[in-house]
Amino acid sequence: MSDTKTKAEKEPMFSPKILKLLKSPLNIENPITVQVLGICSALAVTVQMKPAIVMALSVTIVTAFSNLIISALRNTIPARIRIIVQLVVVAALVIIVDQVLKAYMYDVSKKLSVFVGLIITNCILMGRLEAFAMGNKPWPSFVDGIGNGLGYGLILVTVGFFRELLGSGKILGFAVVPKAFYEFGYANNGLMILPPMALITIGVIIWVQRTKSPELQEK
Amino acid sequence: MEHSNKYIFIYSVILVVVVAISLTVVAVQLKPAQEDNIRIEKMQNILASVNVSTADVAKKQVIDLYNKYITNSQAVNTKGEVVETDPAKVFAIDMASEIKKPLENQMLPIFTASLDDGETAYVFPLRGKGLWGPVWGYLSLKTDYNTIVGATFDHKGETPGLGAEINQEWFSSEFRGKTINDNNGNFTSIKIIKGGAKPDDPHGVDAISGGTITSHGVEKMIYDNLESYQEYFKKVKNQ
Amino acid sequence: MENLFNLFVRSIFIDNMIFAYFLGMCSFLAVSKTVKTSVGLGIAVTFVLIVTAPVNWLVDTYLLKPGALAWLSPDFADLDLSYLSFMIFIAVIAAIVQLVEMVVEKFSPALYNALGIFLPLIAVNCAILGVALFVQERDYHTISEVTVYAAGSGIGWFLAIASLAAIREKITYSNVPKPLRGLGISFILTGLMAIAFMSFMGIKI
Repeated sequence: MSDTKTKAEKEPMFSPKILKLLKSPLNIENPITVQVLGICSALAVTVQMKPAIVMALSVTIVTAFSNLIISALRNTIPARIRIIVQLVVVAALVIIVDQVLKAYMYDVSKKLSVFVGLIITNCILMGRLEAFAMGNKPWPSFVDGIGNGLGYGLILVTVGFFRELLGSGKILGFAVVPKAFYEFGYANNGLMILPPMALITIGVIIWVQRTKSPELQEK
Repeated sequence: MEHSNKYIFIYSVILVVVVAISLTVVAVQLKPAQEDNIRIEKMQNILASVNVSTADVAKKQVIDLYNKYITNSQAVNTKGEVVETDPAKVFAIDMASEIKKPLENQMLPIFTASLDDGETAYVFPLRGKGLWGPVWGYLSLKTDYNTIVGATFDHKGETPGLGAEINQEWFSSEFRGKTINDNNGNFTSIKIIKGGAKPDDPHGVDAISGGTITSHGVEKMIYDNLESYQEYFKKVKNQ
Repeated sequence: MENLFNLFVRSIFIDNMIFAYFLGMCSFLAVSKTVKTSVGLGIAVTFVLIVTAPVNWLVDTYLLKPGALAWLSPDFADLDLSYLSFMIFIAVIAAIVQLVEMVVEKFSPALYNALGIFLPLIAVNCAILGVALFVQERDYHTISEVTVYAAGSGIGWFLAIASLAAIREKITYSNVPKPLRGLGISFILTGLMAIAFMSFMGIKI
């Protein structure tokens, strides 16, 4: 607890440090392509963009608030039941998100089906709670949660964009590929709708990202 | 930092109580909205089976449309006797739990729709098994209890692009105008034919490519569910 | 019986936890560097699945589902606790993993040495919770169905991770473009294997 006392003087709400917490997960600290966290529950919802966006928002909300709550409680949580406490907080938040989706966005919640529940075991959550929220003050933790949620969402929505565009010729449900294309023999690539292409799309995203930032390359 | 067992115990009790209370509050608060969604979806499905599209209609209007078109509801049993006539109770019958009961105890809803062209159609709920989970839908017949007016299907967890196609318009629209009885008036149901049905086949529709098991599930579902109504059909026809 | 066998084969090959639903990808990508550790993790996941899925199913059927508490007293017939299912499932999984760890440690130190380090990892493996949720969503009716499905899913996961690890061991000798090394190529490999597994899709037994 010494850290909380020595740093008691006010930091500005959006100091450069805080902004960095928000930005770096979008690129060089991206939870999916760099930290390899949270791939599990997400990819099956990227056939279309709309569920991908809702999923991304749900994950962002859950990471941000679980980070906030755990960080606020961090000095009271008994070390021995730490993981359980984290799981309970995360599960409670996920249940709330699920219930709200069912009440106000019923059609999307049907598409997401079990994958909302699987946010609980999304490794981003536990990873960020352990790595960040347990050792930092609530506000930075909250921002870190938002940053990581968005970084995760960025990948999800990008994958969703390409799969929907190439797989069904639509974006957010609106047909964007002109009719004339189809008359010239263009066809939607049915393979993009199937699960394997999500993996390959991510592989390509990693490829692009690491070509741009060579420091991320593995030996 | 070490905590005593007592602290840990009290901490977990408080945590569990706080979490349980907040979750219960949320669940109770949102329950009415969730149940509305389910009811409205059911209304949309019933309307879809008589070819009334509610895709661009606000939720409130769905209820109005439903009340406008569905003029009567009743439930029968497999012997063809009417067992329930209160529309609200008939609407609340859940086929998922109904089909688990023994045949003779099942309550089988029939919704009567008065269509824009003055025709009357009868809507029958369907419920069966697809490849992965339940499939369900509604099918409507003309007053001859033979010609299909329309149908709609839905599923939970069929493979996207394959079995999941059953909830698409192209599949359900195939059923329109098909008949469920052969020329002698015997019940034959609808056959879902792999590789495409002949255009003049009065009982056949195209199967979903790659969705063979789901197609079989739909075929069996239509047969099983409509068969339960046969006694009732005979009774009304003889009147 | 025929139905169960069908379910078993389908859950291994067609509805593979990794290739069709991407569940358990985190530990899948982290551990699949050598065949030996992958086999250990695969066995542990299968084992935990076979134990947890039926327990979660029982909890769901007799405690959580709408009207599930009717066996206690008819007054509870309208009670619907299903909103708690996520929390209960994860608690059951965490508790069982802990229990399994203790039992294995006590009775079979050799097995514990082989599997021990993986067990804590498993509590937050998405595949375990995923199976519990799929069982709930797909409305399986009997405990044998649930157990068979869990076993199939576990074996499918095991196959996926072991074969990917084998490929990754070989690929260290290949000239992969630099930016694609490690994580990138693993994703693409998994994708290609998933396409290969899709050839089982039409199978009907």
